[in-house]
Amino acid sequence: MTSAQHLLADEVSVSYGRQVVLDDVTVRIGRGETVGLRGPSGCGKSTLVRVLALLHRPDQGRVSIDGTPVDAVRYAVPVALRTRVAALFQSPRAAADPRLSLTDLIAEPLRATRTPESAVRERVAELADLVGLTADLRSRRPHAVSDGQLQRACLARALVHRPDYLLCDEATAMLDASTQAHVAAVIRDYQRTQQAGVLVITHDQTLLARWSDRIVDLASTAGARS
Amino acid sequence: MADLAARPPLLRVARSRLRLRSGRAGAVAAGLVLLVAVAGSLLAPLVWPLDQSAVALDQTRLAPSWAHLAGTDDLGRDVAHRAVYGLRVSLLVGAVAALVATVLGGVVGGIAGTLGGRVDRILMRIVDTIAAMPHLLLGIFIVAMLRPSLGAVIASVGLTHWLSTARIVRSELLSLRTRPFVDAAISGGAGRLRVLTRHLLPHVLPRLALATTLMIPHAVWHETALSFLGLGLPPHLASLGNMINDGQGSLLTGAWWASLAPGAVIVVVTLAIAVLAARWRDRLDPRIRAELHL
Repeated sequence: MTSAQHLLADEVSVSYGRQVVLDDVTVRIGRGETVGLRGPSGCGKSTLVRVLALLHRPDQGRVSIDGTPVDAVRYAVPVALRTRVAALFQSPRAAADPRLSLTDLIAEPLRATRTPESAVRERVAELADLVGLTADLRSRRPHAVSDGQLQRACLARALVHRPDYLLCDEATAMLDASTQAHVAAVIRDYQRTQQAGVLVITHDQTLLARWSDRIVDLASTAGARS
Repeated sequence: MADLAARPPLLRVARSRLRLRSGRAGAVAAGLVLLVAVAGSLLAPLVWPLDQSAVALDQTRLAPSWAHLAGTDDLGRDVAHRAVYGLRVSLLVGAVAALVATVLGGVVGGIAGTLGGRVDRILMRIVDTIAAMPHLLLGIFIVAMLRPSLGAVIASVGLTHWLSTARIVRSELLSLRTRPFVDAAISGGAGRLRVLTRHLLPHVLPRLALATTLMIPHAVWHETALSFLGLGLPPHLASLGNMINDGQGSLLTGAWWASLAPGAVIVVVTLAIAVLAARWRDRLDPRIRAELHL
């Protein structure tokens, strides 16, 4: 068996009730490559991210990581497999537990996997520096920081387990231009140094073109089959 | 909001309190009132004992004076003295009944919200069915089945007031479960137990504690209502409801003070609890706090 180095959604279909959201979609994200995903609103981009992040079970088709098929979703996925794929969502406010300080937010995945506290502190500090969170911001809770600052913390949290694949679902849409550039640069750097596979969804066509190595059009992928 | 009238009372109370932003001074005053009320009702048997069945037929319907601060009633009993003992009963019933309702509502709502699906549907239909009956009527039915006693009143109030708590806990859990931060926690490697204890319960518990606190005044009112209707404690025992009920007859003969003291005590004490609860809620919930600062 060849060791395929990619995150693959293979002929995946999802429908909510009667509404078909994804119809026989195949998307492959190789290690070290940035794939842009394009498609009109409501074509299932976010659902595809949830399927790839092992958070939603597709009605048909399956997801595989580096050639290993994963049939479980959510809690049923072994932790070692779960932490290899990380997702960054559009709204950092919804993706952050409002009770936790930014430091605790970034540290949470490490604590959930029983990392020693000294190692947790070290890694959190390293990542907070990387995404540009000042010491003053780190002790604040989500309601006391801006969307851009919170999204930086969410990016740090997504990278905390050094995932092989990073899925960015409109992750920069709510940010101002300079924060957007900074977040994109951090992701770009991470992708290069870790040889990670990155999926980028954005409505910003210039950003998409500049950022991604290749672009997949979700509308045509689904349309070709039907 | 056409369904406002259909909402359970607790929710309506909680909603109206959203607008009641008590300042620090109000909270301090409420705290002092509550301190005096609780200390007074705890210490009363030691410093100012009362013979519940004693009457003084030569001192009936005396107007308030230095000897009888709130006057005396039809049977010559000191109204202020009995009001202290009435408050004692009311606070006990209110606190215990609110606790019973919270535990029951928390367990039912917790099971429905955590398991979801069919279990949730069945439990919530049971809740809807009970909620469809007027809860005072249901409370009367429960006390009528038991002997008039403290326990019966507590059971009656506790067993009819857990519905709104169950709904609050359930809806809170259901909405939390689908929040992206729970997805993020799962992606990060958190197990079921960790998500429950670290991300779900910490959000629900403050609301549950707050619901309990907001329920205490309501439970006190219910105890009073049951006693007022003659269904609560035996008539010779002082309770605020019994006293207001007794005082009705005196009103016609001009002795307005017989109902005044117990009535004033219940209004002041329940308001104090509500003000403190509102202040607590404002300080507790980061979302509401953030909104207040905007």
